Amino acid sequence: MISANLSAVFYLISGVLFILALRGLSSPETSRQGNLFGIIGMIIAISVTFLAIGNFSSGFVYVLIFLLIGGLIGAFIAYKIPMTAMPELVAGFHSLVGLAAVFVAIAAFLNPGAFNLGSPGNIKLGSLIEMSIGAAVGAITFSGSIIAFLKLQGIMSGSPITFKGQHLLNAIILISIVVLTYLLCSTQSPNLFWILLSVSFLIGFLLIIPIGGADMPVVISMLNSYSGWAAAGIGFTLENTALIITGALVGSSGAILSYIMCKGMNRSFFNVILGGFGGTDQSSTLQNKEQRPVKSGNADDAAFLMKNASSVIIVPGYGMAVAQAQHALREMVDTLKKNDIKVSYAIHPVAGRMPGHMNVLLAEANVPYDEVFELEEINNDFANADVAFVIGANDVTNPVAKTDPQSPIYGMPVLDVEKCKSVLFVKRSLSPGYAGIDNDLFYKENTLMLFADAKKMTEDITKNL
Amino acid sequence: MEIDPFIFRLSIFILSIFVGYYVVWSVTPSLHTPLMSVTNAISSVIIVGAIIAGLAGDSESVFNTSSIFGFLAISLASINIFGGFLVTQRMLAMYKKKKKDKS
Repeated sequence: MISANLSAVFYLISGVLFILALRGLSSPETSRQGNLFGIIGMIIAISVTFLAIGNFSSGFVYVLIFLLIGGLIGAFIAYKIPMTAMPELVAGFHSLVGLAAVFVAIAAFLNPGAFNLGSPGNIKLGSLIEMSIGAAVGAITFSGSIIAFLKLQGIMSGSPITFKGQHLLNAIILISIVVLTYLLCSTQSPNLFWILLSVSFLIGFLLIIPIGGADMPVVISMLNSYSGWAAAGIGFTLENTALIITGALVGSSGAILSYIMCKGMNRSFFNVILGGFGGTDQSSTLQNKEQRPVKSGNADDAAFLMKNASSVIIVPGYGMAVAQAQHALREMVDTLKKNDIKVSYAIHPVAGRMPGHMNVLLAEANVPYDEVFELEEINNDFANADVAFVIGANDVTNPVAKTDPQSPIYGMPVLDVEKCKSVLFVKRSLSPGYAGIDNDLFYKENTLMLFADAKKMTEDITKNL
Repeated sequence: MEIDPFIFRLSIFILSIFVGYYVVWSVTPSLHTPLMSVTNAISSVIIVGAIIAGLAGDSESVFNTSSIFGFLAISLASINIFGGFLVTQRMLAMYKKKKKDKS
């Protein structure tokens, strides 16, 4: 048994270690050490909790059993999960944090004595408010992440689900959450607590269903942020510094990532959250699409172009992840490099289904991270490059974002792929991307379309080099 | 006059938001996916609340409604802790620099 003051100091230390864990991610060299700090911080927090309670009776054994069960499941998932499935995994993990927050809030509500919060029916007002906020945000995180997970996994259609009066309904529910919290705090009624939880679960579902598949990077980041605020809410209830610090860190981290993703699409946060983007105007654009001539080629042509180039820029997108083409791509690049061709990779902020998704996939395929560049770093190099190899990306290369103010993606930062001497575009068909708009790049004089599966095409090109 | 301890916690919270703001902006964009998985892992420090709830039952009855929610939350959070840290480690191990083979 250690004193409350001493344990508070240890919680503070683990909070600081968590800050260092994030700090480590400023460069790949320090990142592994950062992760270690995070693990140490977690071990300190858990050990101190045991020591502070000082109760090593039969309950302790059960705690260890449940911890072990969860740990084994977690470790198994961590080793098995393919890198292409990271967005789903992260969404799934968010839902667990949300649900854990809800469970802790329920436990504290049912047995406030254990947490020094008063007695059932007579919980301290401040604690009850904090608890309600933590539980409500946790519930929203949980159900929202479940929808995000189902959409990313393809179990649920990625197209937005909208209906009349949707925003009004959501607004009413959000207001009712505030009213319920107020009533709960004044009456302490358990029934109101359960209603508050159910309504929060419901609004989580409703908030995410109108958001389309291409906006998932924003949604995941946003839910990341929510899970942090939920943790912070519970941290206030438990008067635990480690939890408050972590909640604030995670909350601001998710908020910043959402901001970066929104900026990458030149859309406001509210525009994304209100949903309905993508899929809706698809039919109209398909109708007035005139037949324009397209140059298409095969692996042989592509290999010829690249062999005669001196520098090549690769533009990967979500399609590369779907086709699992990252390893084949790296083999192609290895062959190019043997022929003394300079190769670099250009990554758009919103390529893939979560922030940094493409970087992880390329890292998995043993692409050195100093060959991979962000949009601002590499965009000027397209004009000097001989070949741009676009694999699985579409909207992020569309020059229409710079030229046509009528376009839904106008103003979005795009990779200046069209400035290259020639463009190779690997794609299965001419169909428009997620935003539902035609890509002018397909019809450019210097573009050669390679209609095939990304992985197969890359392998064929390698053979022909 | 004494200051309510809540104010101290609020101060920690607000200052941590600022720390988070500056720390996260310094994270390189290529590590944004590991950033998400590691924030996932550390936010599962909520497990401390779950442990308190799980150990709150008395010696005769380890399981009551409150402690059962605690135990379930322990499992959920530990999936995240182990899964989050390990998958982050797995990802970070893949980030390699260019081999110096140019002579």
